[in-house]
Amino acid sequence: MDWQGQKLAEQLMQLMLVLSAAVGFITGYVLGSFQTMLLIYAAGVVLTSLITIPNWPCFNRHPLNWLEPSVAEKYPKPQPSANSGPKKKASKK
Amino acid sequence: MHSFGYRANALLTFSITILAVICGIASFSDNFNSPSPAAQVQVLNINWFQKKPDGDDEVSLTLNISANLESLFTWNTKQVFVFLAAEYETPKNSLNQVSLWDGIIPSKEHSKFWIHTTNKYRFVDQGSSLRGKDFNLTLHWHVMPKTGKMFADNIVMSGYSLPKAYR
Repeated sequence: MDWQGQKLAEQLMQLMLVLSAAVGFITGYVLGSFQTMLLIYAAGVVLTSLITIPNWPCFNRHPLNWLEPSVAEKYPKPQPSANSGPKKKASKK
Repeated sequence: MHSFGYRANALLTFSITILAVICGIASFSDNFNSPSPAAQVQVLNINWFQKKPDGDDEVSLTLNISANLESLFTWNTKQVFVFLAAEYETPKNSLNQVSLWDGIIPSKEHSKFWIHTTNKYRFVDQGSSLRGKDFNLTLHWHVMPKTGKMFADNIVMSGYSLPKAYR
């Protein structure tokens, strides 16, 4: 998954679990059946896991654009030894 | 949410936390139930009343216990444990409670009942103070929940007394 997809999957998981708990509780309370509440909640958990855990394509719609290797070579990485010398001299003063 | 295992773990722990929360709310909802139980006990017969060789009094009773405990049941009730205790005062103890009978009521359908029985447990005093004793019969119940807090209460029925002489 890409970053946007991860955020979406996490939010979707939290929302769906809370919703299925709320629906389960209200249904169980109104019907007077504890078992009904647990069954509805369990079904909600299974549904949520099927939707948010696997790597569905809809979570990959904003893929990261890595640079092509030929383009990346044009911009050399900064050298660590050139930067540390001048910085140390400045602090001693 | 970096990988399959990470998401699976997050979902599992969050779902279990939410389960604990809804069980807590379900237990809390029992507070909104205001029960109105009713009970009546008749002592049909004093079968025998003797002093045991070790010096303690013992009496055997035949009881007719009738009760309507339907209003104690909520959606979160697993069963109701009910017991009948004889309560009286002696010079030795300010309160004596002797359990005479108990039962488990598994569902609302069984909660309106009457039972004609001798005392299931022996009515034995600590000493020899039962002759002519006035006692209360108290029906106690424990509402055992499927999850959460257990409620207990009782009904006191007074006006019972034992004969003044052994039989």
